Amino acid sequence: MLNRFLMSRFGPTLTGAVVGVLAPVLVFLGNPGNMGICVACFGRDIAGALGLHRAAVVQYLRPEIAGFILGSFISAVLYREYKPRAGSAPIIRFFLGVFAMVGALIFLGCPWRAYLRLSGGDLNALWGIAGLAAGVGIGIAFLWNGFNLGRSTPAAKASGLVMPALSVLLLVLLILAPQFGRDAAGLPTGPIFFSKEGPGSMHAPAFIALGVGLLVGWMAQRSRFCTVGAMRDLFMLKDPHLFYGIIALVVAAVGTNVVLGQFKLGFAGQPVAHTNALWNFLGMLLSGLAFTLAGGCPGRQLIMSGEGDNDAALFVMGLIVGAGIAHNFGFASGPKGPGPYAVTAFAAGMIFCLAVGFFNRGRVSA
Amino acid sequence: MTGKILVDARGLSCPQPVLETKSALESAGSGTVEVLVDTVTSRENVLRLAGRLNWKGTWEESEQGGFRLTLER
Repeated sequence: MLNRFLMSRFGPTLTGAVVGVLAPVLVFLGNPGNMGICVACFGRDIAGALGLHRAAVVQYLRPEIAGFILGSFISAVLYREYKPRAGSAPIIRFFLGVFAMVGALIFLGCPWRAYLRLSGGDLNALWGIAGLAAGVGIGIAFLWNGFNLGRSTPAAKASGLVMPALSVLLLVLLILAPQFGRDAAGLPTGPIFFSKEGPGSMHAPAFIALGVGLLVGWMAQRSRFCTVGAMRDLFMLKDPHLFYGIIALVVAAVGTNVVLGQFKLGFAGQPVAHTNALWNFLGMLLSGLAFTLAGGCPGRQLIMSGEGDNDAALFVMGLIVGAGIAHNFGFASGPKGPGPYAVTAFAAGMIFCLAVGFFNRGRVSA
Repeated sequence: MTGKILVDARGLSCPQPVLETKSALESAGSGTVEVLVDTVTSRENVLRLAGRLNWKGTWEESEQGGFRLTLER
């Protein structure tokens, strides 16, 4: 019954409403402001916890991400949708993931968080959402001109187990948090790093975060909830059913934030955000283009990786590596504004994405 | 125009199965269009499109584990 509803036209609406309630609740229980769920921020925190970057304030093994993948995996197995597949331009998808993350960290959030930030009253998110729409629009222009990354083909059943296994491993590392000692200055040498202060130190109880991740992962797998597909299908096909999910998310999240006393309208002083309109716009533009070329938002890529989609899994690994690169190379923004090399990052990302869009046209062979 | 058109959308990312089907339905105008897809997501997306364009859609599982959709108008 619930499954039928989730698979219907209204499935994304219900999923969006549930996310809209649970994300602010996670903030209430300890997650950073307007960051109840953010695939980009959480991927960045995981990259930091693994030592792929050393920005000390954003390092934590966010269990929500593991929950998304495992929730989707369990749902896909139960409903016979677990279908490992691979081979659609893997290295291109990896770098689309890298640059999607670079763009998201210029803005400071994935599309999910863009809407959650707006729902918390953060008006800077409006620039991000406008940028996202522009990026999706450029992607649509490529799609109308025959853009595609080629076919995937069925892959070995076991190949789809890699991401669920990695998710379990991340949860184990969250609990064990191994430490190999300290360096000459007395700082921990890892291999797992957890923030002592800043956003990385703020989190809801792990089992609740995991539970929310599992539930949302399951619902999103059933309903195909996608924040990028929402705009794409609305613009391209005049099909609003995914976009209703976004509206439901925003309505539910505004309501929940007001009830919990977390709604604060304005531009200045918003949590984990900056007020540079241009870079909020351009960051999400790059991200939106990369997501559209890859076929879905970062949440959707996590869900597909749980279904056994090896190419989506590579996109996800690109996100994690991209987060490491973004911080190590000074591409990522901070609360004061864009990083020192945001221009370089944006230019490189746009050149890559436009080249991918331009050179991957033409009909797929039958 | 009548006759059978086959769209092989197996292994394609969103939204290509829907776009390929849309252009096939528009060029056919009426008759029968068959679409091959490999995921339930693509099956549902293509059937939803067909419904919105007033085509009647049915589907069956194909031998290779995907789905064969038959769209008629």
